[in-house]
Amino acid sequence: MSEAIKVQALKKSFGHIHAVKGVSFDVQHGEVLGFLGPNGAGKSTTMKMITGFLEPSAGTVIVNGHDVLENPLEVKKSIGYLPEGAPAYGEMTVRSFLNFIADVRQLSGSQRKKRIDEVIELINIDNVIDQSIETLSKGYKRRVGLAQAILHDPNVLILDEPTDGLDPNQKHEVRKLIQDMAQDKAIVISTHILEEVDAVCSRAIIIAKGELLFNSTPSELIDKADDKNIDHAFRIITTQGQAEVLS
Amino acid sequence: MNTLLAIFKREFTSYFVTPVAYVFIVIFLFMTGIFTFYLGAFYESNQADLQPFFRFHPWLYLFLIPAISMRLWSDERKSGSIELLMTLPVSITDAVVGKFLAAWLFTAVTLLLTFPMWITVNYLGEPDNTVILASYLGSLIMAGGFLSIGSCISAFTKSQVIAFVISVVISFMFILSGFPMVLDFFQGWAPQALIDAIASFSFLTHFTSITKGVIDIRDIIYFTALICFWLYINVVVIETKKAS
Repeated sequence: MSEAIKVQALKKSFGHIHAVKGVSFDVQHGEVLGFLGPNGAGKSTTMKMITGFLEPSAGTVIVNGHDVLENPLEVKKSIGYLPEGAPAYGEMTVRSFLNFIADVRQLSGSQRKKRIDEVIELINIDNVIDQSIETLSKGYKRRVGLAQAILHDPNVLILDEPTDGLDPNQKHEVRKLIQDMAQDKAIVISTHILEEVDAVCSRAIIIAKGELLFNSTPSELIDKADDKNIDHAFRIITTQGQAEVLS
Repeated sequence: MNTLLAIFKREFTSYFVTPVAYVFIVIFLFMTGIFTFYLGAFYESNQADLQPFFRFHPWLYLFLIPAISMRLWSDERKSGSIELLMTLPVSITDAVVGKFLAAWLFTAVTLLLTFPMWITVNYLGEPDNTVILASYLGSLIMAGGFLSIGSCISAFTKSQVIAFVISVVISFMFILSGFPMVLDFFQGWAPQALIDAIASFSFLTHFTSITKGVIDIRDIIYFTALICFWLYINVVVIETKKAS
């Protein structure tokens, strides 16, 4: 295992609002890191800073040895990113969108076509391939976003709520996909679904109000609750004992 | 494929998958027709040239170019696709220039589709075709000037309406900067050098001299510098928004 992402003392403030207050963690290749926290905890903001969309107010992010502030293009080349809500160019068809991503990612020759076909099959979007993205259902849009993220076979994947809006079968497929890719990649996923953490993640991080509260394995997270219920463990950590755990 | 080219290609083809391109082209051709034949008195002037046609281009561009440029960046912000674009391995400069060139090529295509005017005037008389060619080039480079202003303004806001209105106002000032209504504002308190500088910014002055068939290198430099300036500000705006 080698270091894929190193985040150190990362801070972000928007005016007077401190969205992320000094978060540090690292991710190795071969790990699937679950990123948990209540809404507005700073999960997406942290992901946006790792991928170079937002500039940190302080702190550093290093991806595969490249500093995101000093060498943003190298960082962006090695990352596959599914932003929150899976934004895309709605007027494009799925096929032309993937072709555009392949152009920007500089895939060429026979390998390019092979990879596009491979991803279409892997993500299961061949039946909507000539439809414009704005006409797709939420689940399909999410899958197109996922296809876009893995197209260049990056060894670092950042997925912001990859299973949001998917039906149970699709969720299962995406989880399986993440597990299959996990051997050689570093994968960071954010989610509200706690069973997902137990199912696919090798490590879990909880942030709330911009601060890192927990960083360990899912089984240790479960151990935080006396009744071994991951939802209760999450509540205990994020409310820091202020709220009573309902059973 | 290099990334600038990839952005350029995507942007350019996107005009034609929505009705935007067709509506724009039809309106542009329709309006040039009205301006040339009615307001420009093309027949009545009894001269075989395209002066009545080119004379109204600055005024057409004033409203039509911001309609093209308003979506360049505002739409990306509104739909959130800017997050995708800015996390792809594309430099901001490549993205700005790629988008600008696609919009510019699109206006070039529209301008080319006015060729029936050129055929008409050649059928009716013997115009000086080098003057016409120079005027087409002048019109195209002026369109680039309008586009660079609009592109930059659209980077400030996610509202296309705001981008449109502000772009029209700024373009209007650039058209009229050689005229009393702008100069009077500075007269009396600003130094003469500044007033002369402002007067020299007028799109109309530079464009009119080109349409007379005189391609002065200074006019070309003026428009090129103007385009570079606004695109540079465009890059800076996007860069700054990343940190805020």
